[in-house]
Amino acid sequence: MGIDVTRTPRAATVGETGGAASTAPPAHRRRRHPSGSRWAAWAFLAPVAGYLVAFYAYPLYRNVELSLREYTVRSFVQGGAPFAGLDNYRAVLSAPTFPSALLNTLVFTAASLVFQFAIGLLLALFFHRHFPLSRTLRALFLVPWLLPLIVSASTWSWLLNSEAGVVNAALALVGVEPVNWLTSPRWSLVSVIIANIWIGIPFNLVVLYSGLQAIPRPLYEAAELDGAGGWQRFRWITWPLLRPVSAITLLLGLVYTLKVFDLIWIMTRGGPTDSSTTLATWSYRLGFGNLLPEFGSGAAVGNLLILLAVAAGGLYLGFERRQRLS
Amino acid sequence: MTRSIPRGRAIGAALAAVAVAATAVACSTESPSTEAGGTYSIWDPYPQFTDDSDWVRLLKGCGTSAGVTVDRTGYDTTDLTNKALLAAQQGNSPDVLIIDNPVISTLAEAGTLTTTDETNLDVSAMEPNLLGAGQSGGKTYGVPIGANTLALYYNKDLLTEAGVDITTVTDWPSLTAALVKVKAAGKKGITFSAIGTEEGSFQFLPWFWGAGAQLTALDAPPAVAALTLWSDWLAAGHAPNSVINNTQTTSWQEFASGDYAFSENGTWQLANAAKLDFEYGIIPVPARTGGTAPAPTGGEFISIPVQRDTGRYATSQQLVTCLTSGDNLLTTDTTLSYIAPVAAVQEQQVAANAELKVWVDAVKAAKGRTGDDLGTRYPRISEPLWTAVQSALSGAQTPQEALSAAQQAAVSATS
Repeated sequence: MGIDVTRTPRAATVGETGGAASTAPPAHRRRRHPSGSRWAAWAFLAPVAGYLVAFYAYPLYRNVELSLREYTVRSFVQGGAPFAGLDNYRAVLSAPTFPSALLNTLVFTAASLVFQFAIGLLLALFFHRHFPLSRTLRALFLVPWLLPLIVSASTWSWLLNSEAGVVNAALALVGVEPVNWLTSPRWSLVSVIIANIWIGIPFNLVVLYSGLQAIPRPLYEAAELDGAGGWQRFRWITWPLLRPVSAITLLLGLVYTLKVFDLIWIMTRGGPTDSSTTLATWSYRLGFGNLLPEFGSGAAVGNLLILLAVAAGGLYLGFERRQRLS
Repeated sequence: MTRSIPRGRAIGAALAAVAVAATAVACSTESPSTEAGGTYSIWDPYPQFTDDSDWVRLLKGCGTSAGVTVDRTGYDTTDLTNKALLAAQQGNSPDVLIIDNPVISTLAEAGTLTTTDETNLDVSAMEPNLLGAGQSGGKTYGVPIGANTLALYYNKDLLTEAGVDITTVTDWPSLTAALVKVKAAGKKGITFSAIGTEEGSFQFLPWFWGAGAQLTALDAPPAVAALTLWSDWLAAGHAPNSVINNTQTTSWQEFASGDYAFSENGTWQLANAAKLDFEYGIIPVPARTGGTAPAPTGGEFISIPVQRDTGRYATSQQLVTCLTSGDNLLTTDTTLSYIAPVAAVQEQQVAANAELKVWVDAVKAAKGRTGDDLGTRYPRISEPLWTAVQSALSGAQTPQEALSAAQQAAVSATS
């Protein structure tokens, strides 16, 4: 935002001088200059703009259009789906799955974010102290992030299998009754949250670690000279200076977590009976999970999800502006 | 940014980039196989078969005898439905489409398939119970290429150890009695797949139909009896809790571990069954009071999607006839490990491999999921059904509650 504000007046000045000096010969030559390079600029911009339109704007437009029409398989193929206004949204909002899907989405996102961030921050602080082998260990922590999701999700579902899973075997060793991690309505959401936290920690670790490195060392030294303890240094130096990085980490994490689909689908298919269904898996199930697809409702749920993400982005922008003003 | 680039070169580069993008678009809009007599496209759900497999060789051979080149693409089964719908929307459907039988009614509903009358396909030799899945509103939309269905694999070694005589297992009470004996011998009873997708409904249907239940009355007493059978097995530990999340593949892996006495699985596991390190046998899924329960038919149909150029149908018809007649059908079904849809070819299969007898019987007793004129209502019934199964098995609801809710959901979805 700040950059825009400073640039606008300058652009205006350039335009004014160009317009005022159009009669003067030297300025005339100068005026042709920018217009030629503007052509080049547009030409350079065209592929990106075309790409954005073809792969972002048009699909988004199609998705909105899908959600506003009553699509059957017949009208999807033959065309002529009647305009249905907000009927799809009304149907989705009044569906018995909606409240549980929304609640699951919120719980899934909030729990994932809190734990990913907290554990990521603790690990970042830990690795910030540079000890022998810290680089190797830090690299190892990246593994969950590097693994394809299908691999990590399948691994988790084996670990948590009720019959042959390692987790239940370990629990049995300490005398705890086996838990039906993936197959009981009480635990399925917890299980997918645990797996998602594990996957998200490396991202938080890496970003927060680089944020920590950007904090000038002399501040800590000065604080230490003033007699500040470990907690005080964290509370009064690290935490406030890390705030912008924390905010963007949380925002990216939020957008990423809201749309998590593959992990849940592979581990539980959103079940048993909707107990781990989020808006993302529900949207997929409506659109593709049945022999008879319901594109309209599927698209409507997808759009609600986009609205949630946009609202979160708005919150972030508001937060950033407040930061800038203060 | 600070270094100046010669303008001409910059524009040239930008134009080149645009040109590349434009060609890419031009290529993608070009529709495949529009030349007459030239190339005919076939889509199938068998990505496991590569170009040097018997299956693809058969396809190419049929193309050669029809005087055309066959361009074959294999897709993942679940992917193929969406691909076929999108292709129909874009007006570039393949000439021949081989697709999972319950999808036929959906594609027919979308108006993307020709009827066998329009394209002069002869389906008179096909077994009516298999053909049923491809029929809707009195019209037939394809030819069954082969069928598979479900039966019970059992571990012979384990049953002998537990003192179970397999010939006594003929109905539900005797099956449950066998499971009790197996458990007493310290082994595990039965594994199946009750996952929350179509696969779960597919596996539940033999018990559902075997109790005499109808898909139009999910909450009727026979249906409740079938679901109670399953949930009682889970409660008593005869079936593992993991069935709620099992696909048919993971349930097979459990059986292959050698700990389980029974596994409900399909014809397609026969090749894997040969690799088991214990002796196995196969019995049909027993009905509630004895006899063979009707299992749902699996397997694909060959159909001819609607084309703008109707002149192409004649050659497509030749291709389909080639794949589904006589010796070729035997080759196809042997390759795919399917039971043939024609009685004469079934006999040839049993003559070649006596083990297939039980499967041929199971296929004869089987019925199509979209049959009984359910058509596209089936998917709307199947989803509440698998949800009810999940709900009862996970203990969230009793079988009666779960099925009552399912019936309500099915009625409101199909009305």
